Amino acid sequence: MIKLKVNHKDYTVDASPDMPLLWVLRDILGLTGTKFGCGVAQCGACTVHLNGEAVRSCVTLVSRAEGQEIVTIEGLSPDLSHPLQRAWIAEDVPQCGYCQSGQIMSAAVLLRENPDPTDADIDDAMTGNICRCGTYPRIRKAIHLAAKLQHEAGVK
Amino acid sequence: MTTNTSRRNFLKKGAILSGGLMISFVVPGVSRLKGAAVSADTDFVPNAYLRVGIDDSVHVVLAHSEMGQGIWTTLTMLIAEELDADWSKIQVEHSPAGDPYRHTAFGIQITGGSSTTWSEFDRYRKAGATARVLLVSAAAKKFGVSESECRTENGWVIAGTKRASYGELSAAASTLPPPKDVPLRGPKDWKYIGKGAKRLDAPAKVNGTAKFGMDMQFPGMLTAVMAHPPVYGSKVKSFDATKAKAIPGVRDVVQVSTGVAVIADHFWAAKKGRDALKIEWINSAIASFDSVAQLAEFRQLAGTRGLPAAQKGDVNSAMSKAVKTVEAEYSFPYLAHAPMEPINCTVKIENGQCEIWTGSQMQMTDQEAAAKVLGFKTEQVNMHTVFLGGGFGRRATPTSDFVVEAVEIAKNSGKFIKMVWTREDDIRGGYYRPSFVHRAKIGLDAAGMPIAWDHTIVGQSIMGGAGPFAAMIKNGIDPTSVEGVSDSPYMEDVPDHYVGLHTTTTGMPVLWFRSVGHTHTASVMETLVDELAHTAGKDPVEYRRTLLKKHPRHLAALNLVAEKANWGQSLPEGHFNGVAVHESFGSYVAQVAEVSIDANGLVKVHKVVCAIDCGLAVNPDGVRAQMESGINFGVAVALYGEITLEKGHVKQSNFHDYRVARMSETPVIEVHIVDSTDKMGGAGECGVPPTAPAIANAVFAATGKRLRQQPFGNINLKA
Repeated sequence: MIKLKVNHKDYTVDASPDMPLLWVLRDILGLTGTKFGCGVAQCGACTVHLNGEAVRSCVTLVSRAEGQEIVTIEGLSPDLSHPLQRAWIAEDVPQCGYCQSGQIMSAAVLLRENPDPTDADIDDAMTGNICRCGTYPRIRKAIHLAAKLQHEAGVK
Repeated sequence: MTTNTSRRNFLKKGAILSGGLMISFVVPGVSRLKGAAVSADTDFVPNAYLRVGIDDSVHVVLAHSEMGQGIWTTLTMLIAEELDADWSKIQVEHSPAGDPYRHTAFGIQITGGSSTTWSEFDRYRKAGATARVLLVSAAAKKFGVSESECRTENGWVIAGTKRASYGELSAAASTLPPPKDVPLRGPKDWKYIGKGAKRLDAPAKVNGTAKFGMDMQFPGMLTAVMAHPPVYGSKVKSFDATKAKAIPGVRDVVQVSTGVAVIADHFWAAKKGRDALKIEWINSAIASFDSVAQLAEFRQLAGTRGLPAAQKGDVNSAMSKAVKTVEAEYSFPYLAHAPMEPINCTVKIENGQCEIWTGSQMQMTDQEAAAKVLGFKTEQVNMHTVFLGGGFGRRATPTSDFVVEAVEIAKNSGKFIKMVWTREDDIRGGYYRPSFVHRAKIGLDAAGMPIAWDHTIVGQSIMGGAGPFAAMIKNGIDPTSVEGVSDSPYMEDVPDHYVGLHTTTTGMPVLWFRSVGHTHTASVMETLVDELAHTAGKDPVEYRRTLLKKHPRHLAALNLVAEKANWGQSLPEGHFNGVAVHESFGSYVAQVAEVSIDANGLVKVHKVVCAIDCGLAVNPDGVRAQMESGINFGVAVALYGEITLEKGHVKQSNFHDYRVARMSETPVIEVHIVDSTDKMGGAGECGVPPTAPAIANAVFAATGKRLRQQPFGNINLKA
């Protein structure tokens, strides 16, 4: 039995220690917002936060995540209020939408670490997240917008 | 203007195939049509495309699948436009498989060919208008006024001081006979069309609640992972599942036509079980297939005359009169669609019914294929369409390959399963954009204009393996092998020309891939014309303007892009522009790519300016989004995409060796829409074709090198 803390809730799961966190989240806990895209940390669709860091859950063993703070797309905000979610909607970013959970989770760490990212910063932080629909120009715009929204929220 | 593109021709044929155009308003399974009494709590179901709930909700039922292209929003706009619905009360859902959802032009249920918006433009507006007429009629009776005294606004029917919501009127409206025909609003009254709306699927796609096929989970459902043969199409000789069955969570191992499936409590156990299988295979003919040998064969064939796809005059005699000639050979590899959501399909067979949940672009085809596997009637199979995590053509498979596979697993195991392919299964799973070789020789007159064009194309046929679509093949010519060359506006105006086709039959199964034949033909034509311009000593835009003078829609796109990209003006040091213009799927797209060559000699695409004439842009921001998407798809085609086989083994396996465009590789993109009232075209695919040739032409401007082999992103251009 492995104890997990996901989106501030405690879970005890029956999983082998070598099972990637992705499949524990999806197939045992039913948190399907985190996506399977490649299984080898090449596409970023499975990105979640582990103690605040963006990790590829498809190659993160569940044993490594035991007892630590895990946040998935479902835990980003209860009501679409996160600046990135607001910006993604405002810029009509998603197309098929399959990669967007991972994109947003990567962008959330970027924005926390760097509240005013340049285009080059965005390239560095987001290049591990593939979008086959090619929504990159809108992701870029939305990250800049979210930075602005985050500042406005901070001012209040 | 190109009026006879192959796809347009197919519209008629598609209708014939299916026994006539289908514009059905019959709703399967709706009680009032069966004569049942209407109760006060009846939802109003005027037709198969929408229903109005007693709670004022408006449910839009999509005949097509949302795979990123935005029809979740655009088709809804068409209904809302005529219904005067309250936008905030609209809910959207995918339709089941069924006759009312057959494509208005192609005759089968299909999302493809960049055709959803133009093919549904009337049907969905009429669906909304019909409902509105009936709601007004019900209100007029309720208010005791004439229909002409009623108006509709935001989900209400209003007459003077009297008002009733659509939900309040739903039961009464359900009892009224639908009108035979309904008038539609003109452009001056449009509130949504031409203006657009925010994507209705965006909220669910930014908080993890949007459900894709991969996300299907039900009590009792298990996950199946396939062991596919290392050589495509090989059959199982024998297998040993002892070790697989010993893995905790593995519930069953079954053989199917395409390999062995391991069924487990979850994906991870199933995959571990799959990896623990020992299988002996009987190799298919593909075991002797080699990409290098295929290319050599194609090149040899390209030196011989193929079956005529287009011909005029006497090309040989005209060529002998040419002052200058240009000769070139091009090659294009197999390409995998690689949608972000790996292929999957959930199947439950119980009590003589089969329920299927998957992201399909061809529901009725998949339904029939599933029924055939099970020995069921088609009505015993229910298709549940969920969001597609990308399609690009891969989820419109005439053989229903992955649906058949999943149904066989469920049938052979007797279990409720979700089959999940790994990315490696996807990359190695065939149904590729076919590889092609083109060879062309063009003769120019003293003024540098083409007077003779001899063009040979070699490759596998897509339509030959595409079920009813094989009817598109005429006199040995698959139009999708030659579209963009045989019907090119340039070719049309060359007095003596010959376009020949060799259709080869060996290799991996092939399939339509976003923009189909235009993925390679636009690259060939637009780089060739660029080469002709340089040979003639003319500016590439000016030269095209001369060649396209009888083609106003090409010209409109070309002129707009030249203006917006400041064609001919100075660029940053080391930056160079290239241009391309191409019609596909009824839309005319011109692009200017700005590139530089980096220190390692690799091309870097900085910017793409794009102009499109798609006729009326129903949802302009949706069109812009599709151009951005198409351009990034085109960047991947030009620079990175390549599937190769050695002794029947696909060498690529995942995104590290089958590269697609990433954030750091995406250019700055500007999209401009030509203000046009011409015939509507599509938007989903036409952004792709001009990107690769625009980049290649910019590379020529930068280096003097002509890139005739795709992909060219790893070529050292300084070497």
